[in-house]
Amino acid sequence: MAEYAHTLGRQRHVFDDLRAVMACASPRRSGDELAGIAADSDERRVAARMVLADLPLRVFLNEALVPYEADEVTRLILDGHDEAAFVPVASMTVGEFRDWLLSYEADTATLAALAPGLTPEMAAAVSKLMRNHDLVTVAAKCSVVTGFRTTVGLPGRLSSRLQPNHPTDDPAGIAAATLDGLLYGIGDAVIGINPATDNVPACITLLEMLETMRLRFDIPVQSCVLAHVTTSIQAIERGAPVDLVFQSIAGTEKANQGFGVSLALLREARDAALSLKRGTVGQNVMYFETGQGSALSADAHHGVDQQTVEARAYAVARAYDPLLVNTVVGFIGPEYLFDAKQITRAGLEDHFCAKLLGVPMGCDVCYTNHAEADQDDMDVLMTMLATAGVNFLIAVPGSDDVMLNYQSLSYHDVLGLRHLLKRPPAPEFAAWLEKAGWLDGQGRLPPRGPQSAVVRNLLGRIA
Amino acid sequence: MADGSDNNSDPWLRFRKATRARIGLGRSGDGLPTRALLEFQLAHARARDAVHGAVDFDRLAADLAPLETVRVHSAAPDRATYLRRPDLGRRLNEASRAVLARGDWDIAFVVADGLSAAAVQAHAAPLVRACLERLPGWSVAPVVLAGQARVALGDEVGALLGARLVALLVGERPGLSAADSLGVYLTWAPMPGRADSQRNCISNIHGAGLPIGAAADKLCWLAREASRLKLTGVALKEDAPALQGPEGSGPRPIDRI
Repeated sequence: MAEYAHTLGRQRHVFDDLRAVMACASPRRSGDELAGIAADSDERRVAARMVLADLPLRVFLNEALVPYEADEVTRLILDGHDEAAFVPVASMTVGEFRDWLLSYEADTATLAALAPGLTPEMAAAVSKLMRNHDLVTVAAKCSVVTGFRTTVGLPGRLSSRLQPNHPTDDPAGIAAATLDGLLYGIGDAVIGINPATDNVPACITLLEMLETMRLRFDIPVQSCVLAHVTTSIQAIERGAPVDLVFQSIAGTEKANQGFGVSLALLREARDAALSLKRGTVGQNVMYFETGQGSALSADAHHGVDQQTVEARAYAVARAYDPLLVNTVVGFIGPEYLFDAKQITRAGLEDHFCAKLLGVPMGCDVCYTNHAEADQDDMDVLMTMLATAGVNFLIAVPGSDDVMLNYQSLSYHDVLGLRHLLKRPPAPEFAAWLEKAGWLDGQGRLPPRGPQSAVVRNLLGRIA
Repeated sequence: MADGSDNNSDPWLRFRKATRARIGLGRSGDGLPTRALLEFQLAHARARDAVHGAVDFDRLAADLAPLETVRVHSAAPDRATYLRRPDLGRRLNEASRAVLARGDWDIAFVVADGLSAAAVQAHAAPLVRACLERLPGWSVAPVVLAGQARVALGDEVGALLGARLVALLVGERPGLSAADSLGVYLTWAPMPGRADSQRNCISNIHGAGLPIGAAADKLCWLAREASRLKLTGVALKEDAPALQGPEGSGPRPIDRI
């Protein structure tokens, strides 16, 4: 492998290989420090960026960061690369690519056509040369639209996942949190439950409960129980009403093994979900979650920095035409993203890289109680992501997930963003809210008191 | 009322019995009503205090008396390092290795601060006592009190002590509804390098969760089975729910499935 270097004054910064350039060019984060691959000074970090800016984009096609022979994700990325789509940027350096992405020439249609010509490593590389606002500006020009019973990702819209988790999967408790969320207009991306217990009968019980609710109120939504793919496949075999199949994925073959999946297994899961033909406006049947640090925590990062490995997970995702993908950005813990500054940056990087690669990206704007972050910090990230056109945000009752013991956004937060930024939910879902008579004259979803007809009617119809 | 707390007419009342989730909070415009906002901040503050608080090990040793105790510390010198470097929290510092004398023990109890000082302070001593009552005839090592410690630290401690089983009590990562939740990890033939799949875990031990007595029953049943089968981990099943401990790697996305 080639050696890379840059001289600043009397200091010559040498980087052993392309992985080292990428790792040192990353903004500071605890996960890369834990892995022992981060730059050891701020100057070295910038020196690495200067090296990176002058490298041709094509270097990432010639030099695999994770060996081709050893990793099926690398093979997926390189074998699937669309050379024709790559042509517009094929002769650029990474630095020139940044300038071009920010230019007026790089508009929505141009970026959509380019996506199959980009590899995750190219997206990660250019993101390292960008400020947070650059990440927002370019992502806002990307449009990735998908559909099942609702259409998610249309320009000017903000969708949401309703996450009604319960510590013991109690159906009544989950139904309560779901109804509460519907009153805020949440759930147009998916009503998605993280089960406390991953087994087939429990999964089917929850799927049937959500299906009953969907049919009773005639809501255009899709549901998902976020069990392991193998659980979902068995549930489908037993005739359960499975809309979306979920799986956590990562950016290397070994990290995916840690999740108990392979590319072949994901293909099998998608085929099983497609066979049910349950979508109405579209047939995007997969839902993936990712997060920086998951590969390192599985000791499967191959010396690659966590942001680049994360971007590689989007290459996995896009191979399966998912309806939804989201990073669980602040969930993985402070040993990977230490504080709000690192969480915010990572959330914006993940959204940018995914959108550039043509992935329908959302975000769980969140943090754990051992990270240096609070709800004020989440306010900043959610507003930046909504401005950047994020496909969907996750929301839970009062920001408090009582099963996973971490904090996400509240139903209030997503509703407030929609009103503030004039970004209504998916059109099918917005029409349902209108028809139900829940909107006011300005198209807003106003507060309804506990005695209002809206609340009484909704709660009264649940046994 | 803006916060919908009038119980006589609260349509959420029957739903609140089914979940601790913060449902039916009401709205101030699109924002949280003041009371709900402050209640959330209080819960978060308590969780933060639990993470950053220090266990008073002197008091804990007094609570455990007349049981003999030994103090050790991980290789993470302080909390800030502990949070960033899970690898350091899993091994002893140099000085601590010297204080652990090898013996012949059926079981060693290790109390690790983990991510909740409040949990350890409140529940560790009662749980150790409850277990000793349930294990008559067992040879039990001095109770090891470990600062800035994670679950895998018990492997090194157990190996140095020569214990056949190690039960490591640890403060779990606090949620908003419980900042003082204790977990226990039981490992047969402890030695550095043991995988999480070779342990059994009892989680969620606190006032509103699993009571001390029930936790001790469960732990001692597991300990007796482990001694009989000479193993712990996935092969020693009692169909406990999925584990969410504070163990170093932190929750991975897989923990969400």
